[in-house]
Amino acid sequence: MTIVFYASSAVAIVATVLMLTRLHAVHALLYLIVSLLAIAVIFYDLGAPFVAALEVIIYAGAIMVLFVFVVMLLNLGEQASRAERALLTPSMWIGPSVLAVILLAEFIWILMRGSARPMQAASIGPVEVGVTLFGSYLIGVELASMLLLGGLVGAYHLGWRKVPKTEVTHASHS
Amino acid sequence: MLPIREGFILSGILFTLGLIGVLVRRNLVFALMSIEVMLNAAGLAFVVAGTRWRQPDGQVVFLFILAMAAAEVSVGLALVLELYHQYKSLDTDAISRMRG
Repeated sequence: MTIVFYASSAVAIVATVLMLTRLHAVHALLYLIVSLLAIAVIFYDLGAPFVAALEVIIYAGAIMVLFVFVVMLLNLGEQASRAERALLTPSMWIGPSVLAVILLAEFIWILMRGSARPMQAASIGPVEVGVTLFGSYLIGVELASMLLLGGLVGAYHLGWRKVPKTEVTHASHS
Repeated sequence: MLPIREGFILSGILFTLGLIGVLVRRNLVFALMSIEVMLNAAGLAFVVAGTRWRQPDGQVVFLFILAMAAAEVSVGLALVLELYHQYKSLDTDAISRMRG
């Protein structure tokens, strides 16, 4: 299934280049999501289905949702309506749609081939990854949990905003 | 046949694109997105290497990169919001006037 690998690589590179050349952040986010999906297809093709699922769920799902939230928060203002109108032009959706349709065609082709087996015979499934992760890399898991806790506390501290006291008492009464 | 060399070449191309994005774009959100691309390219290299030797260690390292990217993005985007409220701009040149 070398053709799937090459097609996904081309989609990833084209999407990344288009992401870097966009002017608007939301358009760049669309292309970035397509690039991450293409890399997920490559992971599956290389025989790493667990990592491919995590790439879709966490990278293209959770992290990109954070980006979308921040871009929408920054967009508040007098130019928000103009930006919304520019977002709704159908020409901006053609590029990501074409690249996503290529990925969908690869996906359908993999499914229609009958065997859901990736390129090599022995793919490394979630069981081996889990055993290794919680076996010899247990210290790393603990350190990653501490890092995530630090990120949580840091983001909470940076996003904390001093509210006026009257507003707080009013909110607590009502 | 496993396209090992092509996988590493793709990883290098994506990493270079992310580096170019960090160096060229003057928007903080674009810089963060380029950093994501670079982290993803590094993870791709790890997974390709892990596939080459049939070991799950490459995927384990990718999980660590994923956790690190999540923490980095949460703190980085909180910093972006804070800077936008202070400077009303996402231009990195505006922030370069900061002293301290």
